[in-house]
Amino acid sequence: MASRPMRIRAVEKGGVVEVKVLMSHIMETGQRKDSSGKIVPAHFIDLVEAKCNDKTVLSAQWGPSVSRDPFLSFKFKGGKKGDKLTIAWKDNEGESRTDTTEIR
Amino acid sequence: MGLSNSARAAEQAAAKFYDLPRFGNVHLLHFTDCHAQLLPIYFREPSVNLGVAGARNQPPHLVGDYFLKHYGFAPGSAQAYAYTCLDFEQAARQYGKVGGFAHLATLVRRLKAGRPGALLLDGGDTWQGSATALWTKAQDMIDASLQLGVDIMTAHWEFTLGTERVQEVVDGAFKGKIDFIAQNIKTADFGDPVFPAYTMREMNGVKLAVIGQAFPYTPIANPRYMVSEWTFGIQEANLQKTIDEARGKGAQAVVLLSHNGMDVDLKLATRVRGLDAILGGHTHDGVPEPVVVANAGGKTLVTNAGSNGKFLAVLDFDVKNGKVSDFRYKLMPVFANYLEADPAMAALIDKVRAPYAAKLAEPLAVTDDTLYRRGNFNGTFDQLILDALMAEKGAEIGFSPGFRWGTSLLPGATITMEHLMDQTAITYPYTTVTEMPGSQIKTVLEDVADNLFNPDPYYQQGGDMVRVGGLRYSIEPGKPAGSRIGDMSLNGKPIEADKKYKVAGWAPVAEGAKGEPVWDVVARHLRAHKTIGKLALNEPVVKGMQGNEGSI
Amino acid sequence: AAQEQWNKDAFAGHSVDDVVKALKGSAAADNADVTLVAPDIAENGAVVPVGVVSKLPNTTQIAILVPKNPNALSALFDIPEGSLPDIATRIKMGKTSDIYALVKADGKYYTAHKNVKVTLGGCGG
Ligand SMILES: [Mn+2]
Ligand SMILES: [Mn+2]
Repeated sequence: MASRPMRIRAVEKGGVVEVKVLMSHIMETGQRKDSSGKIVPAHFIDLVEAKCNDKTVLSAQWGPSVSRDPFLSFKFKGGKKGDKLTIAWKDNEGESRTDTTEIR
Repeated sequence: MGLSNSARAAEQAAAKFYDLPRFGNVHLLHFTDCHAQLLPIYFREPSVNLGVAGARNQPPHLVGDYFLKHYGFAPGSAQAYAYTCLDFEQAARQYGKVGGFAHLATLVRRLKAGRPGALLLDGGDTWQGSATALWTKAQDMIDASLQLGVDIMTAHWEFTLGTERVQEVVDGAFKGKIDFIAQNIKTADFGDPVFPAYTMREMNGVKLAVIGQAFPYTPIANPRYMVSEWTFGIQEANLQKTIDEARGKGAQAVVLLSHNGMDVDLKLATRVRGLDAILGGHTHDGVPEPVVVANAGGKTLVTNAGSNGKFLAVLDFDVKNGKVSDFRYKLMPVFANYLEADPAMAALIDKVRAPYAAKLAEPLAVTDDTLYRRGNFNGTFDQLILDALMAEKGAEIGFSPGFRWGTSLLPGATITMEHLMDQTAITYPYTTVTEMPGSQIKTVLEDVADNLFNPDPYYQQGGDMVRVGGLRYSIEPGKPAGSRIGDMSLNGKPIEADKKYKVAGWAPVAEGAKGEPVWDVVARHLRAHKTIGKLALNEPVVKGMQGNEGSI
Repeated sequence: AAQEQWNKDAFAGHSVDDVVKALKGSAAADNADVTLVAPDIAENGAVVPVGVVSKLPNTTQIAILVPKNPNALSALFDIPEGSLPDIATRIKMGKTSDIYALVKADGKYYTAHKNVKVTLGGCGG
């Protein structure tokens, strides 16, 4: 199943880049039962990595209690306007997605 | 019976409220929570408004004689009528109706005349609470606010008209006329501000900033789907940033126009620096004097200006050497008998009401009892709604939300469709019938009780306890969350956790809820009964509140 | 794509202690230099915004935990050199609970916590 692109906003101000990301993912908890009473298996983003050009600026491990369509915000130093900011995620079923934006 | 004498004395006493000499150089007029009451009304103040933990026996949690004693008002005085429920029926007949935009307009004009540059601030809950506001999507209140000369407003119930309608007005009719401000509303995606956080004005050579604080719990107290693109909250850190920014830009006086509710504002005032005053609303407390709260930045005045158009507050600051050096505050009851109606406003009100006149005036029944809503646990008008819901829907238990708006009626009054709408006019009026296990009924009562009696005001939402029909229970407000409710019974039998009960209610906040509008259900009941006798008020047994001055 | 391994043990923990242990740390205590920003009452238990800022020098890790959720750990962030210990995300909460921020600085663990109420809603003034 093809996922929708992330919405990424990366803004440099005073030497600090603030990044805000909205991902598209069901983030199924593994706690919910379907109408027939069967547990819906957990399906969630478990690994996230952010890079500025080639340098890793954040990496994260998530559990299924991160909200549906996850939001992430973080800050780092050393990025300039025009630099490439890449966010990648992988989920527990092996699906993955990578999106890139330019720092403004 | 000497009525003419006492009436004259009453008139003199009342007229005295309005002689208020100018003080200082910054002047703010403030009203809040008028709940779309364009015409004068009766409004009975609560006999139960309990304060717990740090709020015990402190303003605004004083009622009746305790209130009079605290503020030094005489029994039987105009103030006693305005601020308390004491001798309500007799005082109402003596002093008459309160509020009304035409009378408010006269008072505003009079005060502004002696106060050059004075600003009129509206704390919100202006676009909801009447039939005409509901039927015109608040166009009546929008026109009346512009006519009244409101300069700045923030909001709560306005949002139940939907975000689109709010933005249409803010970017349309209000543009360049009324600043709609809220530092604590952000977009739900990236957290961008939706409205300006504050507005800077210059008055008599003084730079003044007014910051807006919308009701922080709008998506919780009201249906979240109506404001799904926005997020609210108290947002203390952003407020401090906004104050600092305004001060940095030269503001010599900074006030917060708040819809937090008074208990939340009292706590907030201890935690943020640089506010000279918080002009508050939402909890509908008529508080005659500001509470002066000390904090790391100095002192902050905290006020609350009542509801239903009943009061207009005047805050005068003397700003000297770049800061507030002194103040005067007066909360003035708006007695319709003692303020002539402003002709232009009266004409506007007539015009907006004309198309609905017949519908509004429809008589439904005559009441033998005083009908009112306000109070922590129940009101007679809510009891009437509960009785109607249970009878019409064949339910053994009724739930009615603890709203604080809704006007009062005197014994012998004819209940018209307009009066019924004053209690029920919301954009999600659906009645619901649910099979609820006893355990879930307990959960609901505990949840609402904690929203009212959590010792930390930031965890309170500012409504009253859900009104309950049929079911009996006890409540111990001082206990922790989850253990306040006890002794639940129905028709003398204890409620069983696993047994299902048929519960009728209205105003569901869940998306997709449907049902007959509550006003149709209650109107049917009233038309069938024609006369409403003495109502049996179902109130819980309240435990552990001996000596609490928030109850008489 | 992301390279690290998902820490199964940490995500299986039911308490702050469980998680600290799985991260090979010793007991963590509250520290005023750790700031946790979360609402007092959640607007929606399924979407609770949580932000964590650490003023502790050499902060290398930030985690967000909800002990009353089925599993305590929601998210674990590694903060490389040059990145600020200042992150935010949104999490699910089944019921009223404390939320914990857990921060690793100079190899030691510190916390901040706050009670977030999840309510049924309705009513109002
Ligand atoms: Mn109100
Ligand atoms: Mn309100």
